[in-house]
Amino acid sequence: MKKTIICTVCPMGCHIEVEGEGANITAISGHTCKRGEEYGRQEFVEPKRILTTTVKTDNPAIPLVPVRSKGLLPKDKIADCMEVIQKTTVKAPVAVYDVIIENICGTGIDIVATGTLK
Amino acid sequence: MYQIYCDVAVIGAGPAGLAAAAAAKGEGAEKVLLIERDSSTGGILQQCIHPGFGLTYFKEELTGPEYAGRFAKKAEEAGAQVLLDTMVLEILPDENKIICANGKLGLTEVNAKSIVLSMGCRERTRANIQIPGTRPAGVYTAGAAQRLMNRQNLMVGKNVVILGSGDIGMIMARRMSLEGAKVHAVVELNSFLAGLTRNKVQCLDDFGIPLMLSHTITRIEGNERVEGVYVAKVDDKLCPMPETEEYIPCDTLLLSVGLLPENEITKKAGIELSPITGGPAVNQFMQTTAPSVYACGNVVHVNDLVDNVSGESAVAGACAARYAMGTLAKADEVNTVTGENVRYLCPQHLAKTGDGKAKVFFRVLRPDENVTLQAVSGDKVIARKKAARVNPGEMCNIDIPLAEVSGDVTVSVVKEA
Repeated sequence: MKKTIICTVCPMGCHIEVEGEGANITAISGHTCKRGEEYGRQEFVEPKRILTTTVKTDNPAIPLVPVRSKGLLPKDKIADCMEVIQKTTVKAPVAVYDVIIENICGTGIDIVATGTLK
Repeated sequence: MYQIYCDVAVIGAGPAGLAAAAAAKGEGAEKVLLIERDSSTGGILQQCIHPGFGLTYFKEELTGPEYAGRFAKKAEEAGAQVLLDTMVLEILPDENKIICANGKLGLTEVNAKSIVLSMGCRERTRANIQIPGTRPAGVYTAGAAQRLMNRQNLMVGKNVVILGSGDIGMIMARRMSLEGAKVHAVVELNSFLAGLTRNKVQCLDDFGIPLMLSHTITRIEGNERVEGVYVAKVDDKLCPMPETEEYIPCDTLLLSVGLLPENEITKKAGIELSPITGGPAVNQFMQTTAPSVYACGNVVHVNDLVDNVSGESAVAGACAARYAMGTLAKADEVNTVTGENVRYLCPQHLAKTGDGKAKVFFRVLRPDENVTLQAVSGDKVIARKKAARVNPGEMCNIDIPLAEVSGDVTVSVVKEA
């Protein structure tokens, strides 16, 4: 299988050509730096994304706290993770980087707060 | 009127204001007061819950709230004070006064030796671009929709079309999709993407949202609520071609069609605005044409990276503090002049202090590759810098050695010789 991946690591946006099957990459070209090569490989085998969203609170005056995934999540798990987050409610106090959901959907990645709730 | 006295007053406690206030305290100003209309600090970053902030300033990839939190802490630890829920109505620089309104204090006069303007931007609206059709509910600017969703937990619609491929539009395409809406298309007038490629990949491609380049919205339909929009291709003069019109049923239209520096109080105070940026004309001290008034952040010119705003705002805050303490150098000024492929320059003036460097920021008119950025004063090239790529969506900068400035400084972007 051959895929053209537009690199998003820096504004250059190099078009990276990756060839292979599943996790086995046979050829990769078009990148102009090491970070781009790593991105191209990862994106071909298992695309990952940071997830950012909001979580409900029990305080109607401050209804939401922003959250993020602490690391990269597999792209195909994002929808499942959103479902779990949408069912969650937090109570004060919440500090920045408090863990809201540990090991979301078995990914090993935590969902943490990026704002505060007093 | 309720009276407050301070040395430096900062209008707006977003990232620009917070950085300016921290710097003003750091420079030695005794009382620094931030005046903020919202009920919390952080400005627009509070609703920018996505990552992409702090890559240069903190060498980390942060979300908006994280970045804002760090600067709120800086300002607090420096000893700056904050007056929340307070709307500035007018500034009277000649009298060293700011008139503002606060729900508990009533009409309030802040007496300040110097003022920093950091009010940010507002968004261009449907009325500004005159989209024909009916005027149903369901037409929002992208930033307004972002505030409603990310701070007030309100879902603005379920079937969405977005006009404008700037970063705000693309980011809202992703946000709405994640919360269960169907985004039918992002419509872009120009033949090229307005925002970052990274956002096209992560916000549009990831969700299968089509990007319609060289298209625009020609009509909005719907009685009480949006029912659909007409989209047409545009020709090379950007005029819609009616025979290409197609109808997209939807209940919501988001507009991401530009940011306008919010300078109503600046204009009212008689401070000179630059017609191209829409912000006050400043010198390298971020000082406006009113010597006691300084400005920083998006109110001066729309920035791509908040990291840049933090640097510029620290200069504004420090200089406002020095002015308040009577220690800011005065010097004759020259103009910065736009040369080849340069759309605007900021600062618009340079005080000839005779030493040190001034960083001049600018945007190009057209994308280009393998170019040289250069600054000329008198007939001499006084600064030169190579760039692999330039494009209008990424702000450029060049350092000007002030000792070499004789007359006006012209900045151009030229092809390699």
